[in-house]
Amino acid sequence: MSKNDVTRRRVLKTGAVAGAGLAMPTVFTAQSASAFTNEPTGSNVILGFNVPQTGPYAEEGNDELLAQQLAVEHLNGEGDGGCLNTFTSKALKGNGILGKKVEFVTGDTQTKSDAARASAKSMIEKDGAVMINGGSSSGVAVAVQGLCQEAGVIFMAGLTHANDTTGKDKKANGFRHFFNAYMSGAALAPVLAAEMGKERRAYHLTADYNWGWTQEESIVASTEALGWETVNTVKTPLASTDFSSYIAPVLNSGADVLVLNHYGGNMVNSLTNAIQFGLLDKVANGKDFKIVVPLYSELMAAGAGENIKGVLGSMNWNWQLQDEGTKAFVKSFGEKYEKPPSNSAQTCYAQVLLYADAVERAGTFNPCGVVEALEDFEFDGLGNGPTWYRGADHQCFKDVLVVRGNENPTNAYDTLEIVEITPRAQVEYDPEHPMFAGGSLGECNPGS
Amino acid sequence: MLGLNKKDTSLLLIVAVLTLLAPFILNPFPEGSAMAQFNAGYPDLMQRFVIFGIFAIGFNILFGLTGYLSFGHAAFLGVGSYAAVWMFKLISYNVIPAILLSVVVAGLFSLLIGFISLRRSGIYFSILTLAFAQMSFALAYSVLSNPKFNLTNGETGLQVYADDPQWFHRANAPDLPHLFGVSMRSTYTMDVGGWSFDFNAGYYLCAVIMMVVFYLAIRIFRSPFGMMLRAVKSNQQRMNYTGLNSRPYTLAAFVISGMYAGLAGGLMAAMDPLAGAERMQWTASGEVVLMTILGGTGTLIGPVLGAGFIKYFENIFSKINDNVLHSWFAFLPDGMEDFMVFIIHPFIGKGWHLTLGLLFMLVVIFLPGGLVEGGQKLLNWVRGKRKDKKTSGKTEPAE
Repeated sequence: MSKNDVTRRRVLKTGAVAGAGLAMPTVFTAQSASAFTNEPTGSNVILGFNVPQTGPYAEEGNDELLAQQLAVEHLNGEGDGGCLNTFTSKALKGNGILGKKVEFVTGDTQTKSDAARASAKSMIEKDGAVMINGGSSSGVAVAVQGLCQEAGVIFMAGLTHANDTTGKDKKANGFRHFFNAYMSGAALAPVLAAEMGKERRAYHLTADYNWGWTQEESIVASTEALGWETVNTVKTPLASTDFSSYIAPVLNSGADVLVLNHYGGNMVNSLTNAIQFGLLDKVANGKDFKIVVPLYSELMAAGAGENIKGVLGSMNWNWQLQDEGTKAFVKSFGEKYEKPPSNSAQTCYAQVLLYADAVERAGTFNPCGVVEALEDFEFDGLGNGPTWYRGADHQCFKDVLVVRGNENPTNAYDTLEIVEITPRAQVEYDPEHPMFAGGSLGECNPGS
Repeated sequence: MLGLNKKDTSLLLIVAVLTLLAPFILNPFPEGSAMAQFNAGYPDLMQRFVIFGIFAIGFNILFGLTGYLSFGHAAFLGVGSYAAVWMFKLISYNVIPAILLSVVVAGLFSLLIGFISLRRSGIYFSILTLAFAQMSFALAYSVLSNPKFNLTNGETGLQVYADDPQWFHRANAPDLPHLFGVSMRSTYTMDVGGWSFDFNAGYYLCAVIMMVVFYLAIRIFRSPFGMMLRAVKSNQQRMNYTGLNSRPYTLAAFVISGMYAGLAGGLMAAMDPLAGAERMQWTASGEVVLMTILGGTGTLIGPVLGAGFIKYFENIFSKINDNVLHSWFAFLPDGMEDFMVFIIHPFIGKGWHLTLGLLFMLVVIFLPGGLVEGGQKLLNWVRGKRKDKKTSGKTEPAE
C-alpha cells in the first residue's frame, strides 16, 4: 500500500521544506518599532465598532451603530455637533481626534463571546483599530475587554449590566459608562417601598446565566434591606420561549410581587405570559399583585406592547430627559434617523466622545495616556447629568432612572415614563463591595 | 515519501506549501488599496483557517468515511477548549500540556458519547449526538457555572485571571499562551513595497500541527482500517450479516474524529485563552457539517477548503458596511451609487449569512461533490482545451 522510493532529490526537497519550517519561529523575535499597538501614523485614526448585527440583540446593535456613526460625524465636524456643544470638557474641536480624521470599521459580535472576539481581533490586527466600542451583552463585554487588555487597545463597553464587567472581570484597558445591576437595585428599592410598601413577598424568575444571577443577587439584597421577604428564586433556561410553567407556581406561592430578571426576548415572553395568567388582576396577602422588571430598554418596551403598562423598572438614560446634553443628542439623532435613540445608543455615543476627549486631553493615542485621562474624570453635558468615571474600577457613576410602562402612550416611542431620577450618591458603592470584589484592574497595557 | 503514494505525496506537499506561504497568498492586495478589504492574511483569520481545517478534517474521517452524520461535534471542540484553558489556569501558559490534555479529554468524552450514540445509525444517531451536544452546551452555559462549582464560567467564558495558581509559571515567560517562551501573539510584519505580510508564531504552530494531522488523515484514508470504514458506509447491514462486528470500527472513527475536534478546540484556546459555551452550540456543530459538504465530503482536501471558505465569508463579508460600498461606487453618479448600494446591501455586513446560503445552494445543486469537484471540473476543462485528449478525469471518490 505504501511506496518508499527515497531518492536524493526527494530527501533534499523534504529537508529544505522542513528546514524552512523550523527556521520560521526565529523571525518572530523581532519586534515592531511603534510605541503602542496600532499607533496612528497617517492623517486618520480608526475606531472599531463591534456590535451585534445578527442574533437576539441585533436591534439594539443596529441602534448602537447608528449612534456611533453620528458620533464620528460630530467628531469630524460634520452635522450639528450634537453633544460637543454641551460637553463640559472643551478639548474636542470638531477637527477629528488630535487633528486626525476619524474613520471607523464595523464588526458583528453575533452576541457570542467567540464571534465577538474574532471580529474585534480582525479590527485590531487587520484594520488597525485603536479602540473597540459597543456590544450588547455582558458575556461579550467581558470577553472583548479581556482581549483588548491583552492586545493593548482601549475598550469602551456598550450595553453591559452585570456587576462583573467592572467587578471581578474588570481590566485596566476597559471602561464602562452603562450602569449595573447593583445600581438598579439601589435605585429601584426606595421607589418600590414607596409604591408597594415595606411588607412584600417577592418571587424571582431569573435568566440562568451570569448577568441574571448578579441582577437577582443585587435586587434580593436591596429589597430585603427594605424589609421585603424573598419567597423563591427560580432560574429559567436562557433558551426558553414559553414561561407558563414557571408562572403558574407563582400564583400559589404566597408571593405578591414578581421580579423578572430577564432581558430582551426573554423578558418580552415572560411578561406576556404573566399578563396572560392575569397576575396583575390578582390580590395576594390583601395587596394588589405587582410585577417588576429591573432592567428596561426601549426596544423591549416596544416588543412587550400593551403588557408593559404600569410595570416598574430602571434605565441608564431615556430620550425624554430634559437636560441640555440629552436635548442636543436626541435632536441630532432624530434629525438624521427620524426616531429617538435608545439608551444603549446613548451609551455608545457617549463612550466614543469620552474616548476622543480623553485622547485629546492626554495628547496621545497611547492607551496608558488615555487610561490616565479617563480615570477619575468628572464631566457633564452628555445627557446623564454630572458623571464621574471612577479610577478604582473604571465604572461611571451618574443618576439612574426609574421608569414605568406608560399607561397612555401618545406615540410609538412614548412607551415609558420617568418615575424618578435617582441621584448619583444613592447608587454609589465601595469598589471592594462583596458583589464586586475578587478582581483587579492590573496594569494598563499599551501593547507593542 | 513517508509511506504515501505519489499522488498523496504531492497533495501533502501542496497543502504544506499553501499553509506555509499563506501570509503571502492571503494578502494579494497592497495595503491601502480599495481591494485591501478582501485581504485575509491577518493572524487571527489565518489561525481560524487552519484550526477549523483540522476540525473539518477530523469530522470528515467520521462523516466522509463511515457516513455517520454527527450533529454534535462542536461538543468535543468545546470540551477541548475548556481543558486547555484549565491547563493555562493551573499549570502555566505553555501550550504543550494544554493541547495534549484537550486531545485526551475530548477523546474520553467522545468515547462515552460514541459508545451510547453508535447503538443507532442514520437519523437516530444524528439526533442522539445533537442531544448530547445540546446537553453539554446547557451544562457549560449554566449548570456547571454556578458560584459553588464553577467549571466553565457560563456565558462570560472561561478565562485566566491574575490570581490563578499557574504552578509552573516562570516570571520571565510571557503572560500569554506561549511555546517555550515564544508568545503565540508575536508577529513579524514584513513590509514589501505597498504590501505588508504578517508572520505569526501561533499561526505557524497551528499550520505545522495541521500538516501532521492531515498526513495522519491520509494514512487513515489509505489504510485497511479506512477501507473497513468505507465498507460501513456502503452497506453496513451486509457487513453485519457476514458476521463482522462493525461497531469497534465506527467507534474508533468516532473517537479519532472527536480527538481531532478536541485538538482544534485546544488550539483555539491556545491562540486566544478564552473558552465560551457557544463553541458547543448546535449551530457550531452544523457549521462543520456545512464546511465538509461545501468542500467535498470524503475527499482529503475538501473539508479544509470548505472551512476556509466559510470562515472567509464570516470574517470578511460581515465587515463590509454601507460606507465601504459607497466608497466603491463613488465614481458613479449619485442616483446610481445609491441604487447599487441598495442592491448589494442585503448581501453584505449582517447579510453575510444570506450570501453564504446562496453559495451553499449553488454548490450543492451544481457541484454535489463540493468545491473539490468544481476544481476537478475546472482542471479537466483546462486540460481538455490544451491537449484535446480524453482523460480519465475523476480521481476516485472516497466512498
